[in-house]
This record gives sequence, structure tokens and C-alpha cells, in this order.
Amino acid sequence: MTTATEEPRKYTVADFASDQDVRWCPGCGDYSVLAAVKKLLADIGLPPENYAFISGIGCSSRFPYYMNTYGMHSIHGRATAVATGFKITRPDIQTWVITGDGDALSIGGNHTMHLLRRNVDVNVLLFNNQIYGLTKGQYSPTSPKGKKTKSTPMGSLDRPLHPLCIALAAEATFVARTVDMHPKHLQATLKRAAEHRGTSFVEIYQNCNIFNDGALGHAQDRKTRADNVIELEHGKPMIFGKDLNKGIVLDGQHLRAVDVGEGGVPESALLVHDEQAPSGIHNLMARMKWPDLPEPIGVLRAVQEPTYNELMEAQIAAAVEQKGSGDLQKLLSGRSTWTVE
Amino acid sequence: MIAEAKAQTSPRTQDIPRATIRFAGDSGDGMQLTGMQFTKTSAVFGNDVSTLPDFPAEIRAPAGTVYGVSGFQLHFSSSDVFTPGDELDTLVAMNPAALKVNIKDLKNGGLIIANEDGFTEQNLKLAGYAANPLTDGTLDKYTVHPVQMTKATVKACEDVGLIGRDAQRCKNFYALGLVCWLYSRPLKPIIDFIESKFGKNELVRDANLKVFHAGYYFGETAELFQKNYAVKKANLPPGTYREIHGNEALALGLIAASQLSGKPVFYGSYPITPASDILHELARHKEFGVKTFQAEDEIAAVTSAIGAAFGGGLGVTASAGPGIALKAEAMGLATVLELPLIVINVQRGGPSTGLPTKTEQSDLLQVMHGRNGDCPVVVIAPATPSECFDMAIEAVRIAFRSMIPVVFLSDGYIANSAEPWLVPDASKLEPIVVEHATEANGPNGEFLPYLRDGNLSRPWVIPGTPGLMHRIGGLEKADVTGNVSYDPDNHQHMTNIRREKVEKVADHLPEQTVFGDEDGDLALVGWGGTYGQLHEATMSLREAGYKVGHVHIRHLSPFPRNLEQVLRRFRKVVVCELNTGQLRMLIRSKFLIDADGLNKVQGRPFMVGELISAAEKLLKK
Repeated sequence: MTTATEEPRKYTVADFASDQDVRWCPGCGDYSVLAAVKKLLADIGLPPENYAFISGIGCSSRFPYYMNTYGMHSIHGRATAVATGFKITRPDIQTWVITGDGDALSIGGNHTMHLLRRNVDVNVLLFNNQIYGLTKGQYSPTSPKGKKTKSTPMGSLDRPLHPLCIALAAEATFVARTVDMHPKHLQATLKRAAEHRGTSFVEIYQNCNIFNDGALGHAQDRKTRADNVIELEHGKPMIFGKDLNKGIVLDGQHLRAVDVGEGGVPESALLVHDEQAPSGIHNLMARMKWPDLPEPIGVLRAVQEPTYNELMEAQIAAAVEQKGSGDLQKLLSGRSTWTVE
Repeated sequence: MIAEAKAQTSPRTQDIPRATIRFAGDSGDGMQLTGMQFTKTSAVFGNDVSTLPDFPAEIRAPAGTVYGVSGFQLHFSSSDVFTPGDELDTLVAMNPAALKVNIKDLKNGGLIIANEDGFTEQNLKLAGYAANPLTDGTLDKYTVHPVQMTKATVKACEDVGLIGRDAQRCKNFYALGLVCWLYSRPLKPIIDFIESKFGKNELVRDANLKVFHAGYYFGETAELFQKNYAVKKANLPPGTYREIHGNEALALGLIAASQLSGKPVFYGSYPITPASDILHELARHKEFGVKTFQAEDEIAAVTSAIGAAFGGGLGVTASAGPGIALKAEAMGLATVLELPLIVINVQRGGPSTGLPTKTEQSDLLQVMHGRNGDCPVVVIAPATPSECFDMAIEAVRIAFRSMIPVVFLSDGYIANSAEPWLVPDASKLEPIVVEHATEANGPNGEFLPYLRDGNLSRPWVIPGTPGLMHRIGGLEKADVTGNVSYDPDNHQHMTNIRREKVEKVADHLPEQTVFGDEDGDLALVGWGGTYGQLHEATMSLREAGYKVGHVHIRHLSPFPRNLEQVLRRFRKVVVCELNTGQLRMLIRSKFLIDADGLNKVQGRPFMVGELISAAEKLLKK
């Protein structure tokens, strides 16, 4: 442990890299997220033993093996539940959940919802590549309807889930989206997630260059993405476009994209992003879908609520306050005894 | 006043050694509470006691129907008792349906105390009686006492100002008062209970007290009963006693294990009958640092407990068979991660939803084998409600020592039965030593998370420990380093190690003991909640001159080292269990012993009588 008299140690990206070879396919979007997380932890300046990474099953869930922290590669869909028990037991360890669209929204959908509504203080990174990669290319719960894959040769029949809408519906206190190929934005969003107290839910658009290459290209391509996504900033009008000449207005109960400035609306007419607004407007924003509207990236919602683990500690403290620390002999004797002589 | 904690006897009182009675009525009639209060006063008086609650899965089935009948049986005695009794001496029936469901268990010449007011035309019809059995002569081989309990209750309540439905609701205390007189029970424990339970509602408190006494005085003054009975104190070892249920003992055992090891309990659980009471009990004791987590489902319950164990805590989860099925994959994860985990299965009738409130022992093979891959775990099973306490501590000790999941097999019978319990001295409980790795253990200063000790156990590191960061997961791992490995020889090695690790637990287990004859003609082999019936059957068979031993196995995986030798000392081995032959299959396959089976799956414990006659048949073969 670091004491006050010692010079605090500086950590580098290398301090957070494990000795294991990274086995993702070359060109996978997961690499950039791994790099961003390692950089973030080095920047935070806490030692590697202060972190735990817990994952489910899927390509992205190999993530913990590559981090020189405490880690668990658990079973399909359950990382959120494992992390809940872990965080309740160890509120002192910064806990990250690494999951994917199938892991978090299909087999583990139930746990995701309940983690969010409880507001357990963990950071969830949901790698959304809209495909099942590890099982070699079946459609996922976020694949668009009609998606042709090995399991859906005539196109999928399922309507896709919107991860951000799921998070909002589950009363998440921190909801964000970022993009694997937008390192600056990725870095800034992860930083916000790490700083948030409570469950941070971050959807990361991630390219699977083997089974679903370019499915999210509209948001990833550096040349065109400025017209296809809108970078949210708290308290700022919702402006987007390469030339920053387009914006979003609330028209009745609809969000619409409009031109700003000459020939368009004045900037003052645009919707101003408020991370703490009632979540109805956030839900409308989460449903903005390219090519009709730019897709929002950045922090959609951030509000402060007590965390589940804090509340549990408080109940224990209150019980000790009321009854004193547990007395085992008193407990064993119960409320009524009798004596046999 | 009659509020003294001693037996109320008179010249008309006849001493009897023991009695078995059952209170039966609608599930809303308060029969469980009535039975429990009668049990309590009997235990406080000094009898040995054993109970068997029997309630429907429906919370409030339509009143008057046979499927809404709730019963509570107890056996109290002036000597040791091991079972709630086979046949009833007295049946209290609050309505025709209760009579119909329970009459078959009443012995010839037994007493029926019926609430005459409950035998209305409508209730008779609901129960399927064409005529009133209290008057049509069909009960002639019993002694029938029809009592107008509802009317008497309403009358007694009028005096204190409680009327209508609320007044009628007190009638279980009338029945309780009457039966207390019949068996000369001390009244004070029940009066104390009423005063504390209804203390905040004076009207209800006074009404119940009034009704309770009215029932008692009715017995004393009415000429209906020629005599009443007394059951003298049992010769129990001296000390301080309390009453305890299996689920309660289990919860206390977990808290004790937590105190002995310095590891706060994390209890991940999803409500399910008959395990929920463990959650309720633990949730009341947060002052011990207990963290109860009511999970969204069974899978989250077990995986959160695994997360707690990874964090360095005492991870516990519990369920009944259907929930254990859902936990199977995660139990495999814990086996491969080699983390300590306690999985409690309070068994009930299956398959599927089965008989939620009835007992059975049919999940033995499920917990032994019901996972993908070769996935051995430790399995232990308490024999009595109070043993749940000691064996919960043992489960934690094993899990921590061997870094292994331990399944604790209880059952609905043990969970809900109560018995007097000699309160243990907390200061005499043996501490559970837990060692956490704090330094690198490798030859080159590296940390090797799967380097093993003499128990084949691996180091348990508390996250946050500098320098010992490591990753674990469900993929097969190389021994020693714990890194992911698909190497064929390594998988063979790790599979063998996981099996040997379970076998090695036997080094620390007590040897198998035998009650009765150490060798002879017949070994009655059992496990779990059938203990009492097998014990009594063995006593009777030996009194009849047979050479019989009762072998009750508490450690099912691994078996005690000497089990095979013990069994081979008997000419015949019969495995008695409330399933279709699961332990029998294990014993036959493991030891090639030609064991017979004595099996029953009716949602109820064995009868001592049926065990004796089946054993006699085998002995005469």
C-alpha cells in the first residue's frame, strides 16, 4: 500500500497488460476498447489490484484474461449477477463487467435489467456488434430485422432490441454510447463511466470484421460519421454534421433533424441536451436511428442515486446501531429457552 | 389463576407414556400456529417432542375443501422420541374436510375432537360426505367428541367486545385450550405467547386469552370427557433448551460459521418452498454482517454467491430441486474455478414443480451428477433438524479447506420439523481457520493460482492483494498456472484432480458409525430426514430379537472411508429412502454390494411400522 510519505507510483498501460497473448481476430474492434481501458486505468493512477473485470461468454468476454487485474471469465449471461455478488462483498474494488449483445441482452437479459434497476456500483461495457461471433455468425438480439445469417438464411424475423432503451427502462442512472473506432470519444466516455457512482451502462458500437463487417460503419467511418452520429454534450444544443450546420429539434412529440443557421432554424431553437432530464426525452433520443436521424453517442443520461451496495452497508450499520454487534450466544439461545435439571 | 408452568392434573388424570396428536383444519384456521404452541408448551414442560407440519401448496384454498386442509402433527413423550409418530391417538378436526383427509391415520379407538359447528351441510358437501359422519355411525370404532367450538368462541369473545368474523377466527385457541386440558399441559407458555403476539391489539389479545381459557375450562367442567391424560417429563440431558426447526438451525449454523471464520455470510437466494425460511431467518440478523440478496432468479442467486466467494466472502445459495436444476451450470463453474461455495437443497417432491410442500429425497442423484462434464462436488446431509446447525458449520469448513462447492441436502421434513435443542456453548465451537495467500508462491516470484496443497486445494486470494492479480474462468485451465489450456493431457489431469480432491475430503470426515448391532443379519441404511423412523424401527427389531444395525450416512460424497467395511459386516443390506432407489444405486455401483431397497414417494416420511414389517420380510427370506 502507498503511504503518505512515499512518492505515489505512476502506472503505465503496461502495468495493466497480462502476460497472455490476445487471441481476438486481427482487425477486431475489441482491440481498441482493450487499449482504451488500459490507458484509462493508467490515467486514474490506482494500482491494478484495485480492479476486477468480470465477463460472461462471447468474444468480448475474453477481455479479463488480457488485463493484469483480478478477473473472472464466468458463464454465459451471468457476469452481471457474478459482479453483483462480488461488489456487495467487496465495495472497495472497482468492478467492470464486460459483456456483449448476446450475453447481456439475450441469455443474460434478465440479470442486466436487475443490475441496472438496483444501481450496483459497477461499470458495464456492452460490446454491440449485432452478431454472434464466437458461435460463428448467427443473428443477435440487436441485429436488424431481416438480417441474413447462417441461422436465418431467409432473414431474421425478430425485431431488434435497443440497448439504450432497455437501460433507460430499467432505471439506469448512467447510460452512454460510444464507438470502437472513435478513440477520443471512447476514452472520454469510459472516463465518465468510471467516475459515475452507481451502474454505468456503456454501449460500444464494435465491429466484427469477420461475421458482420461494416454493420455499424455509418458510425465508425471517420469520413462520414459526423453526419451520421451526434455527439451529446450536457447543456449544449444538439448540433451535428461535418460542418456543424445540422441540429435536432423537438417538434411536438417527435425529434427531427433540421438545418441550422441560414435557411434553417436558429441555434436557439435546438434541443439542449440535459443528462438529468426526465428519461422520456432520453428514450426518444435513444431511438434516433440512422439513416433517418443521426445516432446519439456520448452520455445520454447521468443522475445520482444511492447505490445498492451503499444501501446494504447502511442497513447493516443500522442493524448494528439498533441491536449492537451480533452476539452469537444470544442468537443461539433464541427468544425463549427452558432448563432441564 | 391457572397460569403456571406445570402440568394441570386432577384425580381423573391418567398417566400415559406418550401421545401423538394432529390438529387439522382449513389452511386459514391457524392449525400450524396451534400445533406449534402445543409443541412449545410440551417442550417447556419437559417432554421430548417431534413435529410434522403438513400444509397445502395453496395459500388459501377455498374454505371447506379437502385440498385446503392444513395439518400439524406432534408426538410428545416421557422418553426419547425420534419421529412425529405413525398413528394418531387424537385427531382435532375443525371441519369435515379435515376429518376426511386425516381419519385414515387415527388408530382404532382413537379420539376425535370435532368442531361440530364446522360440520354444516355445505361443508359436508364440499368434503364429499353424503351424511354427517359425526352422527351416522361411520366413526363407531373411534371415540367422537363433537364440540360447538365456533359458538363457544363467539360467546367468549362477546364478553370482551370482539364480534363477527374476527371473533370466529379465534376458534383455534378454543381447540388449543381444550387439548391442553386433555393432556394436562401447562398454560403459561401459551398465555405468554398470546400476550406478546397480540400485545399491540388489546381486543384481540383479550379475546384469544378468553377463548383459550374457555376451551380449557370446557374440558374440565363438561362431563363429555371421562378422563384426561398426563405425559410425564422426559429424561433429557440437563441444560438449557430451545425449540428449533431445521431451516432455522441451518441459518444459525451459517451465522455461526461466519463468526467462527470471520467471513460475513453472503446469501444469494430466490424464494422457493421449502427453502425460503432460511432467507427470512438470515435477513433478520444483519447485525452479524449477514448480506442477504434476494436475486432475480435462481441463476443470479448462485452466480452472485460465486462472485462473493471470488471476493473472499462466504458465498451461500439455497433452493429446492427445481432451483438446483437452474443452478447446475454455475455449480460447474464453481467446481472449475475451485472456489468455496455452499449450495443448499431443501428437497421436495418432484419432478418439475411436483409437490412443493411435501418431503422427498429424490434429488440425491441430481446433486451428485446433474451437471455437464465430470463435475464431482461434496454432498452432505443432516439427519435431524438440529443437526442442520452442526453440519452447516461443517459444510463451510470443508468448502474453505478444499476450495470446493459443498451441497447441503436437507428436505422438507427436516426443514419444517421442530425438536428441542440443547443450546450449544458458542465459546466451545471450533474456529474455522481461513488462510488467504498474500505472497507469490512461484519459483520465479510469480503467483500460481492453481498450485495445490496437501488437500489438493488451491490458494484463495482476496482481490485487492498487491502482486497476486490473476484471472479465473470456466474454460479448462492448466494446473498450477491457471491459464487457459486446451491440452489433452492437462484436461485428463485436471479432471482426475477434481475427482481426487473430493475423495480427499474423506481424510477429514468422521468414520461411519452404526446404531444397534455392529454386525448381523440386516443393515438398515438411510440418509437425511428418515433418521428417526429408521432408529425406532431398529430398536423395535432388536427388541424382537433380530441382529440389526442402523447405518445413517451423513456424508454422501465422498462416503466415509470405512463405509464399505461397515456394510459388509451384515448379511443383508437394505437402503431405505424416500425416492425410487438413488442411494441404493450409488452403493451398488461403488461397492458391488447387492443392496435391497425400501422406497416410498408419497410426500410423507416413512412409518416406523412399515419399515419394521418390510425388514421382517427381508430377514425371513
